Amino acid sequence: MSGSKIIPSKIILVTAVALALAGCGPKPWESGANGAGAGANGAGAGALGAAADPSSPVYFRETVGDRVLFEVDQSSINPAAQAVLQGQARWLTANPDYTITIEGHADEQGTREYNLALGARRANAAREYLISQGIAGSRIQVVTFGKERPIEICSAEACYSKNRRAVTVLAGGLVG
Amino acid sequence: MTLAWVRQGFVKQAAVVGLAMASLVAATAPGAVVAQTGPLRIEITDGVIEPLPFAVPDFIPADAAASQFAAQISRVIAEDLAGTGLFREVPKGAYISNLTDFSAPVNYTDWKAINAQALITGEVAVEGNLVKVKFRGFDVFAGKQIDGAGLQLVGGTDGWRRIAHKVADVIYSKITGEGGYFDSRVVYVSESGPKNDRKKRLAIMDYDGANVQYLTNSNAIVLAPRFSPTGDRVLYTSYESGFPQIHVLDVGQVQQRVLSAGDGIMSFAPRFAPDGRTVVYSQSEGGNTDLYTLDIDSGARKRLTSAPSIETAPSFSPDGRQIVFESDRSGKPQLYVMPASGGPATRISKGSGRYGTPVWSPRGDFVAFTKQNAGRFHIGVMRTDGSEERLLTASFLDEGPTWSPNGRVIMFTRETQGPTGRALLYSVDVSGRNLKPVRTPEGGSDPAWSPLQN
Repeated sequence: MSGSKIIPSKIILVTAVALALAGCGPKPWESGANGAGAGANGAGAGALGAAADPSSPVYFRETVGDRVLFEVDQSSINPAAQAVLQGQARWLTANPDYTITIEGHADEQGTREYNLALGARRANAAREYLISQGIAGSRIQVVTFGKERPIEICSAEACYSKNRRAVTVLAGGLVG
Repeated sequence: MTLAWVRQGFVKQAAVVGLAMASLVAATAPGAVVAQTGPLRIEITDGVIEPLPFAVPDFIPADAAASQFAAQISRVIAEDLAGTGLFREVPKGAYISNLTDFSAPVNYTDWKAINAQALITGEVAVEGNLVKVKFRGFDVFAGKQIDGAGLQLVGGTDGWRRIAHKVADVIYSKITGEGGYFDSRVVYVSESGPKNDRKKRLAIMDYDGANVQYLTNSNAIVLAPRFSPTGDRVLYTSYESGFPQIHVLDVGQVQQRVLSAGDGIMSFAPRFAPDGRTVVYSQSEGGNTDLYTLDIDSGARKRLTSAPSIETAPSFSPDGRQIVFESDRSGKPQLYVMPASGGPATRISKGSGRYGTPVWSPRGDFVAFTKQNAGRFHIGVMRTDGSEERLLTASFLDEGPTWSPNGRVIMFTRETQGPTGRALLYSVDVSGRNLKPVRTPEGGSDPAWSPLQN
């Protein structure tokens, strides 16, 4: 079998088209491609006013809340996380053209391999909860980043607690 | 008497380097033969080791073209030996006599006087783009050549470091009784950038950090490369598709392909079986991570574990009959051994704390692992039944051990803490001695040691 040359990784979450189809008009925001923690700073310049539009991705990220946090080594959805995911489910129900990718993350305590598996557990726990809230499983992909993409960089629980997360990233729609 | 191993080097750049080795049969040392006191020997397993003093006078250039290599080759030999912590170089300033003729008898008295117990002499000649190195190792106090330590090596001029490593491997091997490991490579993840925007790309280098070559770009996260048993291919995990998936890369051609289990199916932690075609790895579906094997030629997959717990970081025994892996089926990550085809697993880790990333020694005698306990990380080794656990290191974050080809040294990742934390490669003897950083141009993680090169 022939190998392929190394090529730059593709941007896999195509967003602009989906936005147009969704009738929101193109808005400048970043997808979670390559897992760069887009949710953390994705509110791009020029998004003025978008935050007030309840159907906007910015609204989803900032007002609904795009992430839930986990206890050490745990993947269970606690009450605070339930509230966030219920909000996400309502938003996704109201905006049915979006699919999502849930990124599961771990803090740096733990080996690389175990944290990959743990991140998969967390992302899946969030996915299962959204399904229980009526969101079709076919709309939800999961990906683990293990400890590879921390958003907080101190080596203390204050940072670890924010890195143990599952982030819901809006992506291309099913319309078309 | 040229011989046995003329083979292609496995990196393209060094592809013309075929090395040939031949014994220097002519007995030397016509000088006074001192009564033998037993062969020069280091027992690596001894509790405390006083490094054995050796001298390596600059190798003698046989022609003008050789002069650019001669001194460098002897330097690499000296660094290899001294770098083990088992040998100590006698500084050149202490030399009483110097060598100008490789064939001349050794004046043992002069080397004894400066307490050089081992002496390594050599001559370098260049013919076209080939470099020829003759060398001899002497047991100074016995007043004779070390058995088998008189050889001629031939290779491409761009492979001169490999020749030097081979010389050092012969000396190391004759004196310790262990296999060598200097003529080997390490594939690892080169890291740059801040902790929250870390760029990662695969790199390969000589075991000592020389000749770094990058195998991927840093557009996608890459993790945990692992050599094939012959060192010509590397398995690793890449996010090129947006999801972690295992890939295989041909080192010589720098060509890679994904070993996809399907769109959106996550796979990671791959490792070759000793047969070079079976790959064991972790696959995550529905939040559950289990172990699978993949026949890399036929594409056939087999599920080895089916438990709701996490099963990851698998590693074959050298005979290919068993797999050691990490599982949290008991609640916390621990180490287990099961048959290579799956089936009942036996827990081998018994201490407190969390155990991960087990790697079977190439000698089959130990399993190296990462241990997390009381807020610290350790690299440790245990017998394959879990007995004789020994922690070799301790730090904020040590993980991911890999064995040298002779099973005497372990390389691993050490990460420092805090916002400026970065990952570097370290090595340590299986005895716990000689902990030291491995030189890399950028940060480094996830090292994997190649087999000894041919």
